[in-house]
Amino acid sequence: MTIPKVLILRTAGTNCDYETHYAFEKAGAKVDVVHINILLTNRKLLKNYQILALPGGFTYGDDVSAGKILANQIKYDLGEEITTFIHEKKLILGICNGFQVLTKADLLPASGLFRNNSTQGEYQQEATLAFNDSNKFEDRWVYLKICSHKSIFIHDEYIPTIYLPVAHGEGKFIVRDENVLNKITANHQIIFKYVNERGEEADYPWNPNGSVQNIAGICDSTGQILGMMPHPERYVEPTQHPHWTRNGLKEQGDGFFIFKNAVRYVKTNF
Amino acid sequence: MYSRIEVFFKSEFPDPLGNTIRSEIEAFGFPGVTSVRVHQVYIIFGNVSKHDLDTIARKLFVDTVTQRYQYNGDTVTHRGMSDRSPFHIIEISRKPGVMDPAELSILKALRDIGIHVDGIKTAQKYIINGNLSRETVHTIATRVLANTKIEDIFVYPEMPDYNHGNIHYTFKKNFVPLLDADNARLEEISRLGQLSLNLQEMQAIQGYYRSLKREPADVELETIAQTWSEHCIHKTLKGIIDFNGNRIDNLLRNTIMRVTEELDKPWCVSVFKDNAGIIQFDDCYNICFKVETHNHPSAIEPYGGANTGVGGVIRDIMGTGLGGKPILNTDIFCFGLPDTPLDKIPKGVLHPKRVMKGVVAGVRDYGNRMGIPTSNGAVFFDERYIGNPLVFCGTVGIIPKNKCQKEARPDDLIVVVGGRTGRDGIHGATFSSVELHDRSEQISGGAVQIGNAITEKALLDALLQARDKGLYTCITDCGAGGLSSAIGEMGENLGAIVYLEKVPLKYEGLSYSEIWISESQERMVLAVPPEKESEILHVFETENVEATVIGRFTRDRILRLMYNSQGVGEIEMNFLHKGIPRLERKAVWHRRVFEEPVLSEKEDYGFDVKKILSAWNVCSKEWIIRQYDHEVQGGSVLKPLQGIQNDGPGDACIIIPVLGSRKGIIVSNGMNPRYGDIDPYHMAASAIDEALRQIIAVGGSLKQVALLDNFCWGNTNKPDRLGSLVMAAQACYDIALAYGTPFISGKDSLNNEFVTDKETIVIPPTLLISAISVMEDVRNAVSMDIKEPGNLIYLIGLTRAELGGSHYYHVHGYTGNNVPKVDVTLGMKIMNALSEATNQRIIRSCHDCSEGGLAVTAAEMAFAGGYGMLLNLSAIATEGQIHRNDTLLFSESNTRFIVEVRPEHHKQFEALIKDIPYGMIGKVIGEPLLKINGLNNRLIVHENIYDLKEAWQSPLRW
Repeated sequence: MTIPKVLILRTAGTNCDYETHYAFEKAGAKVDVVHINILLTNRKLLKNYQILALPGGFTYGDDVSAGKILANQIKYDLGEEITTFIHEKKLILGICNGFQVLTKADLLPASGLFRNNSTQGEYQQEATLAFNDSNKFEDRWVYLKICSHKSIFIHDEYIPTIYLPVAHGEGKFIVRDENVLNKITANHQIIFKYVNERGEEADYPWNPNGSVQNIAGICDSTGQILGMMPHPERYVEPTQHPHWTRNGLKEQGDGFFIFKNAVRYVKTNF
Repeated sequence: MYSRIEVFFKSEFPDPLGNTIRSEIEAFGFPGVTSVRVHQVYIIFGNVSKHDLDTIARKLFVDTVTQRYQYNGDTVTHRGMSDRSPFHIIEISRKPGVMDPAELSILKALRDIGIHVDGIKTAQKYIINGNLSRETVHTIATRVLANTKIEDIFVYPEMPDYNHGNIHYTFKKNFVPLLDADNARLEEISRLGQLSLNLQEMQAIQGYYRSLKREPADVELETIAQTWSEHCIHKTLKGIIDFNGNRIDNLLRNTIMRVTEELDKPWCVSVFKDNAGIIQFDDCYNICFKVETHNHPSAIEPYGGANTGVGGVIRDIMGTGLGGKPILNTDIFCFGLPDTPLDKIPKGVLHPKRVMKGVVAGVRDYGNRMGIPTSNGAVFFDERYIGNPLVFCGTVGIIPKNKCQKEARPDDLIVVVGGRTGRDGIHGATFSSVELHDRSEQISGGAVQIGNAITEKALLDALLQARDKGLYTCITDCGAGGLSSAIGEMGENLGAIVYLEKVPLKYEGLSYSEIWISESQERMVLAVPPEKESEILHVFETENVEATVIGRFTRDRILRLMYNSQGVGEIEMNFLHKGIPRLERKAVWHRRVFEEPVLSEKEDYGFDVKKILSAWNVCSKEWIIRQYDHEVQGGSVLKPLQGIQNDGPGDACIIIPVLGSRKGIIVSNGMNPRYGDIDPYHMAASAIDEALRQIIAVGGSLKQVALLDNFCWGNTNKPDRLGSLVMAAQACYDIALAYGTPFISGKDSLNNEFVTDKETIVIPPTLLISAISVMEDVRNAVSMDIKEPGNLIYLIGLTRAELGGSHYYHVHGYTGNNVPKVDVTLGMKIMNALSEATNQRIIRSCHDCSEGGLAVTAAEMAFAGGYGMLLNLSAIATEGQIHRNDTLLFSESNTRFIVEVRPEHHKQFEALIKDIPYGMIGKVIGEPLLKINGLNNRLIVHENIYDLKEAWQSPLRW
């Protein structure tokens, strides 16, 4: 059986690599944290891995807009390698800044790279993560409803709601037009929605940024790519929950299954 | 030549920044503005074709889902503006030479997409709708939108021109004629050169150069001034003080450092000598901790000042030993009152609300971008901070055990790494050691800097790799004094030669002297063995961080400065580091007697409780805390906001530095400047007690607690200011020694006075005590929110009639005299007993009883937990008889805790506390009411917890 190998891609301003590393390792994977310059000088490197993770942070300071500069590097410099990676049924996870990068690189909600190959011309970005309605960075815990099991990262989980922290200033998910929304809804690509304690969709602060339809995370059309604003890697240990001193320690954090499912998938399929 | 691209939101999308600015303008007193839209302007230098501009805009600048763009000259049409009312346009850009972090990223991104440009600059264009006079528009521009110290403002139709000529530098070696100067001239040289050296020091320098029979070069004098600055060597605290007739030779050594020496704890690894103090953590790692102040820069430019304050203390950790990895930030601020009327703001001072917003944003943007959780902090308000806000920035780091020692060796190369050197921050070290006045900004504008967190993060990433590969022997950060103090310090016992023309510059035109003393951020200096040169340069190159060899360490104990093969300066290290005359100061202290208030007793104190909960110093700081990422790195165990709705005020924070381990660290702070008005000794004692209480409250123990001191005082050349500082330092010695908690590092910032044309505003004596402790098992952690109805509530410790300096008196307009004191013998017993109880895991919640006393502490626990409490004042353990309900409710006596225990544990708990004063004062109830019975057994507080919470949350719900 393969020991799943994860490449955590980092660059200037990446900062959640340590806890993402820990979460994957705890789930049974072998993890390497690799600077994009290394990957750009040795493009074959990606072949050794089955999971690519883009962690949270402020890549290149989020200058211009969150994740944009790294997204361009991925789109224009690594497009071919990433396309191959996806064709090989491998997994990509983008958390927070990673989600922003995947969206702006047109890998979410649909894989723009596929279309780029088939049609000539520029692919139009379908969605984005805009400034929070509050216009400020906020760190708070949110309840999430799992809306679909299309994503391989979610597959067998049947917990109705989970509790995870968000920490971002640009997390408002918006789409280009209604068609995009209809398409991702019909394809079951909406994975997480912000809800209140009772599992109902609700406004701020439950929806911390004003995302359309309370969308917190989506997958691509294959289910291999997951992008989400909340941080599952910040709740894998029971002591990370804000109420553990009230309610006691759970066996594991609500975010852990995402890493476990990915690792299990690789073990079964590679 | 240049082109412009403007990017803006499509009209169907909201403009969040514009909306925020609109409400800020309204809050500032101009309700006539109906909307604000912001255009992000990119100025692109070089001959760039229209096709390339299109590509740049589409591929990089514009988010095509939400935004549009326009070009050059298209400036008068404003698509996306639906409102037909008159509009005004303001464009704001950074002054030439002021750091703009975005420029570096954008240049990189343009290289990535293969387009060459000569340079880039960003600006913001504000389109303001509303009937406003031109004068009002100018006021909005200067008071709300821009800081003219670092930014240029253009109000259309005045058009910005970004064709700045370069400043060219022509080399000329400068000497300062000093040998024949009389005393008046010496003082003048110091003042005009912004050297901040006193006459005695100038005379010492004169004497030295007379013995050399030559005039000093400008760069030599600058080097001496930087090295001898208060900021760098704490000459007041280490000088000779005549205190009420008693001679104190080196106050620091006799108080703060003496505690550590006498306690001689085996877990103290490095104290008072490195950038930060180091204590043991586990088998592999040690922990380092440093808290710095960045007050003066934050007064002039709050965002940049706080930003670079955070960046600076992080570099302190990166430069501790051979380099620590930062794992936690703690930030404590002191501001003037946010509701100060505009006409009460002295000339040359920014409004406290603006200072506060800028400081919080500066801390947020740096800490969050660095990926360091800001899990702890405090804010203190007092009208006397109006001209001198205080910004304390602290960072905790983790460092491998074998990386804690460093020493440069002869022939090691001097390598500067990180950001480039510019004209920013010239004279920061000497500037921070003077009083501010209404022209400070004009004289010291150069001291203002903006940080670039991403440069520092990349520097950190590269540095830790180089550290682990053993590629350098010594490191220090470029803080105050820049290269001059970094290299001067590293080479103290060696000597060094530096080739100043090799230092990478941001732009042309810097003189050799500016290069040497510039305080540009995000730079560090390494000592690299020659054989490691190519390897270390490669490590930095891979991370896109500049590393440049600029000289080498020698063995002749002489500092030699070269510029294009000419010697421009030469100083003996011995004179530089040992030549400063000892400072002699007089200090006196007399107790001030305040009016003792006579407040009539009331039937109902609910109003008073709410009033204290709404006081600036007590009210919720959630607005600030939420803007900080307090969970990055995944280690958070006890967060700053606690309770059922994650909004109660936690005491200390707990984090796990190494994921997968159960070992944690606890960080807390204590400060109460208002007690200092009455008695600085008891203020300092209370601050230590408070910091320790918080550690105990969350489940820690006194076994391994280290302290940091940060003294921010007025002008200590004045005997009364220095006298109060001596008193506080003596308390530090007495109390820390008795509690067995050594100091490991500290800092002072003196001269925090603001001179207006009418008066001198002196800050209250402000001592911040920061505490750090190692916790064996974080599962012993206790939060402050009450947990279950039916549980018993205890007040542990002795309540005394100590309302002097209390919030109760303060909200009634009094100070009083009976300041809380610390009984260390009793305090030790109480803290040890509680530690044992948390260790046995029988405490459900615990909260440090401090500002606002019992009533406020209980209210916070209740609304955080979502339950009520029924309490009885007659059960409180008191010293002597206390007959007044208000004293029992609001006294701020030290070493007290409110504790919640399950009924089944009450015997076990009471057995642990049988030798200390306590009262079982009530229980948790299901109904959401705080009910307190007075001495007469009648309800004197009867409040809904949600009303209390509202009172507590509303003031800073910005």
